Amino acid sequence: MKAVKQTGLVVFLLGIAIFIGTIFTGSFSLTQAELDTFVQEKGYKSEIIKGELSKAIVTNEDLNIFAFSSRVINAYQVSNNHYDALIAKYDAEKNWDKKGQQYQYKIYGKLHSLSFTLAKKAGNGLPADSPVFMWFLTFGLAILGALLFIIPDVVLLGKPGIKNNGIFLNAATNRGWIGWFTFIFLVTFYILLYFYPDLIVNWVYLVDPISKNLSGGEASQWFLYGFLYCTVMTVMAVRMYIKYRHNKYQILRTTSVLFFQVVFAFLIPEILVRFEKPWYDFKNAFPLDYDFFFKWNLDELLSSGGFGLFILVWGVILTIIVVPVMVYFFGKRWYCSWVCGCGGLAETLGDPYRQNSSKTLLSWRFERIIIHTVLIFVLVMTGFALYTFFSGANEVIGIKTQTIQDIYGFLIGAVFAGVIGTGFYPIFGNRVWCRFGCPLAAYLGFIQRFKSRFRITTNGGQCISCGNCSTYCEQGIDVRAYAQKGENIIRSSCVGCGVCSAVCPRGVLKLENGPEEGRINPTDVLLGNDVDLMKLVNNK
Amino acid sequence: MEHIVIIGNGISGVTAARHIRKNSDKKITIISAETDYFFSRTALMYVYMGHMKFEHTQPYEPWFWKKNRINLKKRFVSKVTSNSNEIEFSNGEKLSYDKLIIATGSKPNKFGWPGQDLDGVMGMYHKQDLEKLEKYAHNNTVCKRAVIVGGGLIGIELAEMLHSRHIPVTFLVREDSFWNGVLPKGESAMINREIISSGIDLRLGVNLKEIKEDKNGKVKSIVILETGEEITCDVVGLTAGVSPNIDFLRASGIEIGRGVKVNRFLETNLKDIYAIGDCAEQHEAIDQRRPIEAVWYTGRMMGETVAQTICKNKIEYKPGHWFNSAKFIDIEYQTYGWVWAQTKENEARFYWEHADGNKCIHINYDKTTREFIGINNFGIRMRHEFFDRILNEKQSVDYVLEHLADANFDPEFYKLYEPEIIAKFNNENNTNIQLKKKSWKRIFSKA
Repeated sequence: MKAVKQTGLVVFLLGIAIFIGTIFTGSFSLTQAELDTFVQEKGYKSEIIKGELSKAIVTNEDLNIFAFSSRVINAYQVSNNHYDALIAKYDAEKNWDKKGQQYQYKIYGKLHSLSFTLAKKAGNGLPADSPVFMWFLTFGLAILGALLFIIPDVVLLGKPGIKNNGIFLNAATNRGWIGWFTFIFLVTFYILLYFYPDLIVNWVYLVDPISKNLSGGEASQWFLYGFLYCTVMTVMAVRMYIKYRHNKYQILRTTSVLFFQVVFAFLIPEILVRFEKPWYDFKNAFPLDYDFFFKWNLDELLSSGGFGLFILVWGVILTIIVVPVMVYFFGKRWYCSWVCGCGGLAETLGDPYRQNSSKTLLSWRFERIIIHTVLIFVLVMTGFALYTFFSGANEVIGIKTQTIQDIYGFLIGAVFAGVIGTGFYPIFGNRVWCRFGCPLAAYLGFIQRFKSRFRITTNGGQCISCGNCSTYCEQGIDVRAYAQKGENIIRSSCVGCGVCSAVCPRGVLKLENGPEEGRINPTDVLLGNDVDLMKLVNNK
Repeated sequence: MEHIVIIGNGISGVTAARHIRKNSDKKITIISAETDYFFSRTALMYVYMGHMKFEHTQPYEPWFWKKNRINLKKRFVSKVTSNSNEIEFSNGEKLSYDKLIIATGSKPNKFGWPGQDLDGVMGMYHKQDLEKLEKYAHNNTVCKRAVIVGGGLIGIELAEMLHSRHIPVTFLVREDSFWNGVLPKGESAMINREIISSGIDLRLGVNLKEIKEDKNGKVKSIVILETGEEITCDVVGLTAGVSPNIDFLRASGIEIGRGVKVNRFLETNLKDIYAIGDCAEQHEAIDQRRPIEAVWYTGRMMGETVAQTICKNKIEYKPGHWFNSAKFIDIEYQTYGWVWAQTKENEARFYWEHADGNKCIHINYDKTTREFIGINNFGIRMRHEFFDRILNEKQSVDYVLEHLADANFDPEFYKLYEPEIIAKFNNENNTNIQLKKKSWKRIFSKA
């Protein structure tokens, strides 16, 4: 069994190595005809971009993606610089008409995205030409290896039960060198995905056949991400099933998040696209789905007929009614650890890292400041977006709606939720985004704290302060601080993963939904002590 | 300002300090020679097993003590001089007190076995034991086999610990079934099976004769008294119970039995000196409890109580109904009320075991009045509040079974065994008890 596990690790690493190596393969160039079509489709007015691009990438040279990308970006910059120089010149001459005319020639948009679009047409080589074969060499090997690594645990972990042996003695899970390497890998991946999609175009080729089968179109980097997300979650869900095979709550919860990710976040939206409907994830609630009220989204929904309208109404109902009502009955766990995609990744890929979340009072303070700031940010931004949508004005009190949307998208949507939120799993634990950043979690948290039937019940005086619960709380809640005082745990940040209850050696904690009365039970003296003393101290 | 000095920074001493601080402005000093900060002794095993780091066993962050004005002093107390209200440390330094609380806990028992002080022989009690274990049993190359002597809660924990690092373990238990002085037959047999099926070499009904040394003064092997068998090993764990850690008080004038003798107010024979926790011995046992109780929560309760007394609200130590819990490798155990190893004359028993052999409940009740006396539950969690109420109200066994669904504390979606349990009871006792549906109202109502 050990040999199988080790073989699995080797196969997995081989798959990952080929996957990474794939980036450096292939050669990229366009024919003049292809470029002409592209420029025409884009409708560029610049008189020199075509020439510049042609010089750069219509070539017989063997360009790898890095050379290709830098040439494309250079071509765009040359074009834009050309017109910038003219603008400066006419500005100096005070020739306002001429100056004004120049702006139409400038090309806006993210240069690496433009480069991605071109690269997607320009690739030759194994990934572009034999994507299925290469899929098996990368995804295939990694999946197979990971499963070979995980499945022997059925035997190796011993009998069903909590098996956290060696977690803090292992370099992968104890912020050791493997943890840091994983951190670097994940952060790099997210930076490439969000900011340099052209550099990973070869990976996108690998999933083209799948995309064509689902939505009918070619894959984008977001399709790659969605597919990878589902794959990683599925493989790591197998790990959860084995690790917690004695715990039905964990098994059902894992099945639920996996289902919602694969079906709701991945398959349904792609199939909608096939039927020329808007791409929409029915479970993704505003304000986590922060661009739901952006003008472009509302415009798209309103122009998609009855179905678009249905999505619009559903999105509003989901946030205003479904979410709070469900939180009242079940706590925010129904969303955060049974439905949500971010939660889903955290509970599968992230589970091995849950013990790395900080439990200090200081981090709790930071958590409250940061997450509520993000909530305010998203609400103000949405106010701007709606004002712009209804009034048609681009600005509110002198601030451009687009600017504030761009800042949020970059800082929160990409850097916080992606690069930090997932990249930092091995260092800060698996719920960095959910704990510190997610505005939906902040909103659900208010309801859970003040108006909900959910609590983690502490079982009288059985707690021995061992600290397993706090250590394994992914949200960094010091569970023990409540349990050892006999108090129920009522915290806005609790996502109800149920692991504190699972790891407790004395059967002290139980997640449950009950009457609101008595949900919060301050106690100075615990159950088991002299009844008179308990009355005296607790009821004063 | 009155100066309260507490010797010992375990659960008893720290709870006392916290509650004195809540109720007063007195100057508080806690002294310990073991660690800088309070930690959960019961969690030491998880540090060795890699479930936690040592700092995770500390319930309070370091700033807590300063913020609450509780002075911590890392010293070894060698002497208490009660007529001058002073304690003396091993370095000669002295500290005076107005009130002294002795909360020094226990130390592992050693019964004079030959070789019991060799290198590689250790208890599993102090933080220092953990450090020794890291040294002598770091992995299965350093330690090719370990022998554990003594079949109690610490013994099985130590076996589980060593097993987690793949070190072969031989477990010597004096009794002919694990912990059968406390556990009835069925439960004890279940734990025997659990130990053996985990791959631990369990030897029942055997005693240690001697520990042999190699030429470097380190343990080489042990010899079993009954069979004369010699077992080669690198580590010997002595886990044959604990006794109060009070040697430093022998000449102090404080009355001592096995522990520090205290009355129901936790006062010793000397004014202004109190003793709480594992080291305290009641003059007369309370209810059915033992005079010395080395249990986590009784230490905590004594701390809560003595704090009231010291803060001018003199109050008796009155532990409520007996309860306890433990985990035997993968099997969780809880108990509420009393289920003795041997059935007493007035008692009737009901035992249910699941077909998988890893779960059971054992209910003890009065034969004639049918009053519920206690329950052992293994592999199923039960609600403390439920049984505390049952015992206060002196409810019958029938009532308990009827409301068993209210008592269940297993995580949501777990399979429930109440119908099966009640069917068995009805069948054996010719009763017709009907299980009531779980009621939040009953569960959360304040009786």
